[in-house]
Amino acid sequence: MAVSGISCERGADGLLLVRLTGTFRLAGHLPDFEGVRRQLASAPPRRLAYDASAVEDWDGALVARLLTFEETCTAARVEVDRAGLPEGLRRLLELAQAVPEKEGARRSARHVPLLERVGSATLRLRDGTTVFIGFVGEAGLSVGRMVRGQARFRRSDFFLLLEQCGGQALPIVTLISFLVGLILAFVGAIQLEQFGAEIYVANLVGIAMVREMGAMMGAIIMAGRTGAAFAAQLGTMRVTQEIDALETLGLAPFDFLVLPRMLALSLMMPLLTLYADFVGIAGGAFVSVTMLDIGPQQYWDQTASAIGLDDFVVGLVKSSVFGVLVAIAGCLRGSQCGNSSAAVGQAATSAVVTGIVLVIVADAIFTVIFNAIGV
Amino acid sequence: MRVSVPAAISVRGLTMAYGDYVVMRDLDFDIHPGDIFIIMGGSGCGKSTLMRNMVGLEEPAAGEVFHGGKSFTRADEIERRRMLRSFGVMYQGGALWTAMTLAENVGLPLGEYTELSAAEIREVAVLKLALVGLRGFEDHLPSEISGGMQKRAAIARAMALDPAILFLDEPSAGLDPISARLLDDLILELRASLGTTVVIVTHELASIFTVADDSVFLDPASKTMLAVGNPRELRDHGDPRVRRFLTRGEDTSEGRALA
Ligand SMILES: Nc1ncnc2c1ncn2[C@@H]1O[C@H](COP(=O)(O)OP(=O)(O)O)[C@@H](O)[C@H]1O
Ligand SMILES: [Mg+2]
Repeated sequence: MAVSGISCERGADGLLLVRLTGTFRLAGHLPDFEGVRRQLASAPPRRLAYDASAVEDWDGALVARLLTFEETCTAARVEVDRAGLPEGLRRLLELAQAVPEKEGARRSARHVPLLERVGSATLRLRDGTTVFIGFVGEAGLSVGRMVRGQARFRRSDFFLLLEQCGGQALPIVTLISFLVGLILAFVGAIQLEQFGAEIYVANLVGIAMVREMGAMMGAIIMAGRTGAAFAAQLGTMRVTQEIDALETLGLAPFDFLVLPRMLALSLMMPLLTLYADFVGIAGGAFVSVTMLDIGPQQYWDQTASAIGLDDFVVGLVKSSVFGVLVAIAGCLRGSQCGNSSAAVGQAATSAVVTGIVLVIVADAIFTVIFNAIGV
Repeated sequence: MRVSVPAAISVRGLTMAYGDYVVMRDLDFDIHPGDIFIIMGGSGCGKSTLMRNMVGLEEPAAGEVFHGGKSFTRADEIERRRMLRSFGVMYQGGALWTAMTLAENVGLPLGEYTELSAAEIREVAVLKLALVGLRGFEDHLPSEISGGMQKRAAIARAMALDPAILFLDEPSAGLDPISARLLDDLILELRASLGTTVVIVTHELASIFTVADDSVFLDPASKTMLAVGNPRELRDHGDPRVRRFLTRGEDTSEGRALA
């Protein structure tokens, strides 16, 4: 087998002649143009020509290398004369360059320094907050339009949503609330037993469920269930241009899609919470009756004396706000969705995260407020 | 004759961009009332984007779009809504509302803009679906019919309000040759009977030569339009890129205009 090689020599009139010899196949390494490149860099010629008369065999390896090599030439403003290349090779090169790379289409991965990452994350946070506040404002306007009877959405959509946010969530809410009641009673019983105060398990479970856990667990379940679903629905509608189709009809997508979702969730959340409260109390009763020798009637009486109407009001007020927040998180993320199926997945995920964060932050604020006004 | 009526759509100095990325610049052309106007160009050159600019889904980076001599770009909310009423738009992917049946899809614009009763709306929806060959599929959901049928249903929805201007983004892509042919007939029929102006994004040459009165040719390399005119006449256009497109790449002779 002949030794394959690339050499070059200078000719008259600023010419650099690249001589290709032997076999160039993908089996070995890609042909080495380093020597020629160095020549190019040290003293740029005006023209470059090939002599491939001694090439025995070639394939994609040579074409690929020539393509990148000629890019260097173009960048160095060296005129390339391909006449000396084999006919087939020349045609392949032309084909490869026939479709010009679109300007701006190339995305190069670039290392971003830490400080810049921190900076742009901060900017994103600021922009994100602005967008969120804008969305909440838009939601307020939309509710205003509804009150004045100007907002349009389909009643049948709304009833479907009510079912989705209410009835269909009952099984999971039942399971989780019962277990939460059970856990609270269990943990409480172990502590209270030391003082012979087992009966106060009823107070603990009742207050905790009604004021906190009913609304909180309900909201977290709905964020995972319904918030994610809202984001995925709206995101998909964005990808398939269904939202555009609404817009060109002059229908406000916000009224048509976001408003019914927000309404449905903020109506159903208090009901779910109320239900969760009672299921949780039942969970506590189950532990007390089976482990602590407290009768069902006794447990119920104790619970009834422990929780007042104001506790229920606290829980229900919280839960409707949580409902709005979960719906807003879902719809916001859905409407920000990018133009691909991967983006829909991301939108759903970030709807859940946003929803839970908003709910917990709001709960903390509520606790401070209720504490201050003494309810 | 045409000079006296204002153009159905005028595009003036339009530059379209997504953020910093300019898709097309300096577009200038008129679409005359009752014409079938084709937007041509290779894939990804900005045809859909041009349509989105014309119907107000994207704001122009520069320049203006006029509808019936009035600026659409600068119109206020009420004026815009009135103009939107006169458009029917079919999106590239169909974009039917997946939670509604075909009849409900077609009926929604009718319920929105007319005083018709529910039964009357259904009657009109059935007719529009029948026009695109979807008789008997009124109560199907979009997910229950094929892609080509979804496309036709989307056309029916775009025609729901008998719009003055119908925008169709690649209506015949993915249709079999016979359905594509029927679609051409339908477009010609709409124009003949209702005087509809039709703006079509397509690269189906057969369809272009059958229906087109006028066209614009977009070129991604120079990021602007290269030609305006009747596609049959553009086959002899001075620019080889236009000729090559209209002859499926067969014309490779170098620019006659330059020679
Ligand atoms: N939402 C978008 N954001 C950013 N770039 C886009 C978006 N939509 C389209 N583009 C880009 O704009 C160009 C034109 O797209 P499009 O109008 O869909 O082309 P066509 O319909 O002619 O195939 C493409 O290069 C595409 O990558
Ligand atoms: Mg397109």
